[in-house]
Amino acid sequence: MKWETVIGIEIHAELKTKSKIFCGCPTDFGGDVNKQTCPICLGLPGSLPRLNKEVVNLAIKAGLALNCKINNVSKMDRKNYFYADLPKAYQISQYDYPVCTGGYVDIDLDGEKKRIRINRIHIEEDPGKLIHLQDEPFTLVDYNRSGVALIEIVTEADLRSPLEAVQYAKTIKSILEYENISDCRMEEGSLRCDANISIREHGDARLNTKVELKNINSFKELQKALEKEESRQRELYDFNESYKVIQETRRWDSSKGRTISMRKKEDAHDYRYFAEPDIPKLVVDDETIRQIEETLTELPSDKKARFIEDYKLTEKEAEILVGEKSLADYFEEVIKFGLSPKLIANWVLGDLMKLLKVQDTNIGSIPIKAQDISELLKLIEKGDISGKIAKDVLEEMFNTGKEPTIIIEEKGLKQISQGNVLEVIVDTVLEGNIKSIEDYKAGKEQALTFLMGQVMKETKGQANPVMAKEMLLNKIKIV
Amino acid sequence: MKIDQMTMEDIRSGLDTKKFTAKELVQSVYKKISEVEDQVEAYITLSEEEAYKKAEEIDTAIEQGEVLGPLAGIPIAIKDNICTEGIKTTCASKMLEDFIPPYDATVVKKLKDAGAIIIGKTNMDEFAMGSSTENSAFKVTKNPWRLDRVPGGSSGGSAAAVAAGMAFMALGSDTGGSIRQPAAFCGVVGLKPTYGLVSRYGLVAFASSLDQIGPITKSVKDCALTLDVIHGFDPKDGTTKSVKNATSYLNEIEKGIEGLRIAIPREFFPSTLDSQITNEIMESMFMLKGLGATIDEISLPITEEGLSAYYIISSAEASSNLGRFDGIKYGYRSDEYEDIEELVLNARTEGFGKETKRRIMLGTYTLTSGYYDAYYNRAQKVREKIKQQFNDIFKKYDLIISPTSPVLPFPIGEKIGNPLDMYLSDIYTISANLTGLPAISLPCGFCMEGLPIGLQIIGGPFSESKILRAAYALEQELGLGNGVAVIKEAKR
Repeated sequence: MKWETVIGIEIHAELKTKSKIFCGCPTDFGGDVNKQTCPICLGLPGSLPRLNKEVVNLAIKAGLALNCKINNVSKMDRKNYFYADLPKAYQISQYDYPVCTGGYVDIDLDGEKKRIRINRIHIEEDPGKLIHLQDEPFTLVDYNRSGVALIEIVTEADLRSPLEAVQYAKTIKSILEYENISDCRMEEGSLRCDANISIREHGDARLNTKVELKNINSFKELQKALEKEESRQRELYDFNESYKVIQETRRWDSSKGRTISMRKKEDAHDYRYFAEPDIPKLVVDDETIRQIEETLTELPSDKKARFIEDYKLTEKEAEILVGEKSLADYFEEVIKFGLSPKLIANWVLGDLMKLLKVQDTNIGSIPIKAQDISELLKLIEKGDISGKIAKDVLEEMFNTGKEPTIIIEEKGLKQISQGNVLEVIVDTVLEGNIKSIEDYKAGKEQALTFLMGQVMKETKGQANPVMAKEMLLNKIKIV
Repeated sequence: MKIDQMTMEDIRSGLDTKKFTAKELVQSVYKKISEVEDQVEAYITLSEEEAYKKAEEIDTAIEQGEVLGPLAGIPIAIKDNICTEGIKTTCASKMLEDFIPPYDATVVKKLKDAGAIIIGKTNMDEFAMGSSTENSAFKVTKNPWRLDRVPGGSSGGSAAAVAAGMAFMALGSDTGGSIRQPAAFCGVVGLKPTYGLVSRYGLVAFASSLDQIGPITKSVKDCALTLDVIHGFDPKDGTTKSVKNATSYLNEIEKGIEGLRIAIPREFFPSTLDSQITNEIMESMFMLKGLGATIDEISLPITEEGLSAYYIISSAEASSNLGRFDGIKYGYRSDEYEDIEELVLNARTEGFGKETKRRIMLGTYTLTSGYYDAYYNRAQKVREKIKQQFNDIFKKYDLIISPTSPVLPFPIGEKIGNPLDMYLSDIYTISANLTGLPAISLPCGFCMEGLPIGLQIIGGPFSESKILRAAYALEQELGLGNGVAVIKEAKR
């Protein structure tokens, strides 16, 4: 039987706000346990939430970037459930009137575009974090995360394979990063995915029983978990119709490489949603939406197309540059100094990327100023230094942050192009290697290479190679 | 004049003219407490150390001729569901028996900044659920006018403390009448402000969309003076509003009621209503007419539907608000449990009283998905309908006048076993909570047994000034001791 996989994804993204969603506590990651808390985010009796306006604006921005309708009126709701990391015993979220509805995003599948529909984006608060102690009969709670602002982006069931799902998640991540909505640090939990997956016979329009996979925080694990769950369901259906998939929530155990049941639908929670009485309705006027729209920057897909068009870069080059916003920004900053985009791309994607990788540095914190790297490239073009020396200078710039001219000056790396200086050196080399001259004259080409090597050695690589070669050949003929 | 019969106004002038010091005042209040508290049992916690410290500060300030806050030196009490930094806030529940908040409620901060001295925290029905102050986990407060009667609820401790001269003002909270009904039962003035006029930050929530903090005082003027201090927009409470032309309520109070249009809902005077209540309210009505107001009888029909809607909505919100009391993060923890589920179960079973548990169960049930539309949603629709009715009335009228309670202070124990009967005593007060409208209760007379009768005035949104003007005019006309209710010594 031919099966088709149907996947829907919910992405939780932590918003890049300075303070929490309902109080002024900081949102910094990794602070001392329970230090970033107050009566409000601890749910102390009598405390009240007050909605951080920045949260609403960022959620609207996400909606605009994902082509959603922004609702002029939405509201916050209480989702009641008991869990140890949830101090109020309810989570403030949005239920029937979210801030954004009905959008889409185009994903790139090997050069082909596919449109994935977004059902909604809503605002909610993060709970605290449980710390399960090994071999101890108790669990500790860190409330620093409690009240950190999240948006949840929910797709329609438009994805058809684990690969599509991953491509979708990557696209969302890059958009959120581009628009400065979220840090998307998956390892810190600021971007997490839940995936709903079911399979059905090809051509069947109705959705089959789905399984929800919870809290996956890397693209690799997302793909592995979905692939495993996909094959588990297929095996079940292929084996016997009566072994049907049951609706449940499963978690991915990456060490065991399989999904494990967390809870069945029978004990699915009744969240007893109702309108949050402590927070007035969210009213956003069109003018505010328009102002937020103006802050949107170019999306990665548009930027890539522009790089290929305007800078004549290859598909691959453009993709790598656009992949990280700070890299693309850096690239464009260097371009401003009037060099060939192709030359810059070669250096940025080649030597600079290599240095970043070796030093494990992020492009965002690169110590080389755009002006300095453009200066370096101009020196090569002028012939002041050789390409080979430039690589060393670049490394030095990377390590010290110094300007290229200063490095070249300090280390005396400037190319020797003055004829009289070079002539003395060439003469010395020739005098000391009479045998090589004879070899060359006898037709041994590599003898010239050796002589060039000697000139370079004498000048510590600073000799202008074109001039040196010409001079050698002339003098050999004379000699 | 005996100190315990003074109003806040009298105290301010007494302090200013150095007839007595703040310290002497505090001493006399604690002396009074030592005399009558044993019988009245209005307080859960007394905060003597803090009170004397504050009194000394005030006295020093007076000596140095500093400009004092409007409540400087006035001994007050706070209902025990309003957070006070460093002073226990129990909500009259075992669950929060040892809870010491690390912060002040906004109203408490405002009172302190105005110079008020906190004498203690008053008894109440657990988590403000009840109409008699018999649902406290710690004690049953008695009505100072007759000790075998309830003081009303849930702010019974606050009303009794003021009525017995153990505080000159006490804050209460009003979710369905919890300020006005005990004020009526204890013969004092109680105001529930418009929802959003006074910050709820620091009030341990019962039903967030209905709760409102307000003052209980001996006189209408004291009520206005307190409202001047505690009202206003609070960035910590998103539901508060800043009132335009926020003038002093006190300054407006003597402007009279000439031309005010008053409506009387005939449904509030059924033939079954105690004739003494009917008579006293009617007499007040004629007084108001004599002062230049016009009076019309109107129809306001759905009061019983409103009562049902009120109990569904308030219980639903309560079930959510009380979810955080799990025996782990706060207060009461059971001694016996095997695992976390049993720990929470036992803590909630043993930590909450009967009435609280009844409402949590009712609220949880009505919010459950299968019943949501039949109960919660319908209740919200009724609420909208009631709002509409009141809207219509306030297009034509300035004020609505009714009895505060359909019953006189009832004997302790009489209704505690019959919750539905108890709930009926809120029937005249809940509308103001469902609609968010301001309403005041003031004493308008006494029945033959010497028990006070309360009159309620409801106004349109943020019409506190008008309500206080009418209440003050009536208070003067009734001649209630030159604005001072006569406090009888508690009977032994």
